[in-house]
Amino acid sequence: MSTAYQIVVCGSIVPDPLQTLEPIAGATGPTLKNEMMLPAVLDPWAWHALFEAASLAKNAPGSKVWLVSLGPKAKLQQVMMTVAQKAPFELVAIDGPASGFTEAAEVAAALAGAIKAIPGLDMSRLLVFGGWESASRGAGATMQIVGELLGIVNQFQGVDKLSVGADGSMEILERIEGGKHQVSKCVGAPAVLGWATGSLPEPPNNPQVGMANMRGIMPALQKAGAAKVGAEGVTFASVALPKQRRETKIVKDMSADDIAREIVAWITNA
Amino acid sequence: METILILLHVEKEAGLAKLALETLGAAKDAAGASGAKLMVGLVGENLQAAANQIAGCGASRFLGVEGVEFGQPRYGSDVAAAEAICRAAGATVVIAPATSRWNRVAAGLAHRLGGRADTHVTNLTSEGGGLTISRWYYRQRMEAAMRCTQRPWVIALEAGCHAPWKGDAGTAKIEAVKVSLTEAANRTTVTGVKAPASDQQTIRPDAELLFVAGAGWTKKQADGQTHAPEAESLIRGFLQHTKASLGSSKSLVDLSKDGQAVLTLMTHLNQVGQTGATPRHPKGLSTCCHGEEPHAVGWRFINERRAVNLDPNCGWARGKADVLYVADAFEVMRKVNALLAAKQGK
Repeated sequence: MSTAYQIVVCGSIVPDPLQTLEPIAGATGPTLKNEMMLPAVLDPWAWHALFEAASLAKNAPGSKVWLVSLGPKAKLQQVMMTVAQKAPFELVAIDGPASGFTEAAEVAAALAGAIKAIPGLDMSRLLVFGGWESASRGAGATMQIVGELLGIVNQFQGVDKLSVGADGSMEILERIEGGKHQVSKCVGAPAVLGWATGSLPEPPNNPQVGMANMRGIMPALQKAGAAKVGAEGVTFASVALPKQRRETKIVKDMSADDIAREIVAWITNA
Repeated sequence: METILILLHVEKEAGLAKLALETLGAAKDAAGASGAKLMVGLVGENLQAAANQIAGCGASRFLGVEGVEFGQPRYGSDVAAAEAICRAAGATVVIAPATSRWNRVAAGLAHRLGGRADTHVTNLTSEGGGLTISRWYYRQRMEAAMRCTQRPWVIALEAGCHAPWKGDAGTAKIEAVKVSLTEAANRTTVTGVKAPASDQQTIRPDAELLFVAGAGWTKKQADGQTHAPEAESLIRGFLQHTKASLGSSKSLVDLSKDGQAVLTLMTHLNQVGQTGATPRHPKGLSTCCHGEEPHAVGWRFINERRAVNLDPNCGWARGKADVLYVADAFEVMRKVNALLAAKQGK
C-alpha cells in the first residue's frame, strides 16, 4: 500500500443503548429527558469506522486519522476518555448538540466546515469515514451531505469491507438487500465511506495510545468552536414512545412436546 | 400546489420491485388527498417496460435517464440522474422507495437541490393539505410525526408501509432527460454482488417468520458442555423446514470475534437490533435470547412475537413478547423440527 491517507472519521455521541429514553418538548423542539445526565458512548457504527480507519492507517505508512466530533463539550470529554484508549487519532471537536432531532444538513455543514479547516488537507489522499447511520437520527444522511460539501462523488454506504490495492485502487463491499453485498471498485481517494459493522474486532485498550491521544484531546476540546445546529423548517407534530406493550403470557410448566406442538401450530397457522 | 415526483430505479431483470409499487401507491394517495401533481422519474439501463407497467398510474409526465452507465447502483451516476430528473420535473416533493440504492443518494440529492431529505419514513399522510411523515428515532425507540417547510423534500419510504399500486399497464411516453457524467462520477464501477450460495442464504426479507438465535445457543448446557454443532444443525433444520429468515442478537454475532464457540451460519448481516437490522415479518420466534433492549428494538416491526428462554424474567417477559415459553430451546427445537418434518412427509 503506497498511498499515505488522510482519514477523517466523523462520529458523535449517543446515549448508552441500555438507557431508557423518553422524549420531551424542549425550548426549540423535541429533546430527551435528562439528556445531559444520560451516560453516552461513541455512536456504534462510527466506533467501527474508527477501528477501520486506525487499521488502514497502520497498514498505509504516513497515514493519519482525525476524529471530527460534534457534541456538547463536557459529554465529548467523558466519552473521549474511553475512545482515546483504542486507536491513535487527532480530535477535532465542535461544541453543539448531539441530539437526534437536529437536521442532518445542519450537522453536515458543521462537520464539513471543520474538515475543510484541517491544516494541510489534501483531497487526493482524503478518505472520509463515519457510521452509515447514527443511533440517534438514524437517517444515513449526514455522511452523504458532508461528501457533497467536500465535492466527493465517490460515496459508499453500509460498508463492511475496504481492500486497498497496491495501486491505491479500492474494492468496497456495501450492504444491500437480502443479506448481500454489492462489490464496487473505485480508482482511489477521495471517497466517503459510511461504515456498517466492518470486519474488525474492538481493539484492546492501550494506555500508551490513550495518553498520547489525551495530550491532543484536551486542547482540542478547549478550542472547540460552537456550532449552531438545529432543525430549521421542521415541525414535529408529535414524538412519542410506542404505546404497544404486550401482555406477555409466561408459560412455565408445559412439556417440550406441548410447546413444540403449539409453536408448530402457530407457525403453520394450523 | 405540490408537484410530487415518484423516483424509481429499474431492476435489471425484474422491472419494478414490489417496494417501488408500494411507493407509487403511497405517493398516489398523498397526491390525491392534497391535490398535488404527480410525475414519475425513472433511472436505469432500460426503462420502457417498467414505464409501461405503471402507465395507468395517472402521472402527468414520465421522465427518464436511461443508459448502461445508469444501470449501476453507484452514488455518482445515481445522484446526477436523480438531480436532472427532479430539476426537469420541478418537483417540490420527491418520494422514493427506501432501497439501498436510493438510500445511498437521497440526502446528497436533497443537498444538490437545496432541499431536505428524510429516510426510513414509515407513513405518509396529507392532512389539512400538508404532507406529514412518520419516522423513528433512536433506533426505533420513539416515533415522530413531522412536517418540513423546506423544498424540495426528498422522502425515502420503507417497505411494507403501503399496499402496492395496482393498475393497468399501457404504453407510457418517456421524456428522456440528458445527463453527462463527470470523470469523477465514473471513478467507481460496480463489479458484482456477493451473496451466499442459495442453500446457505439465511436472510429472507419476504419470509413469514423471523427466527432469532441468541447467544445461549453457544453457551454451556446442562451437561457443562457447549453444543454449537448441534445448535447449528437444529437452526439449519428449522430454517429449511420453515424458510424463515435468520436473525441474531449482537452478542451472538460478536462471539465470532471473541474466540468463543460460534455458529458458522451467522454473520453481522444477521444481526437484529441497535446496530443491526429492523426487519419486517408477520411473526417472530426468539430462542436463547434475553430480549434486552438493544436487540429488542430491532423487533419493532414484528407483529406476533414468541420466545423460548430458560429465564422467566428475561426481557421478553417484560411486555416484549406475546408468549414466553420457559424451556430449553435445544429440546423444544428438536421436537419442533421433528413435527415439521413429519408434517412435510420427510
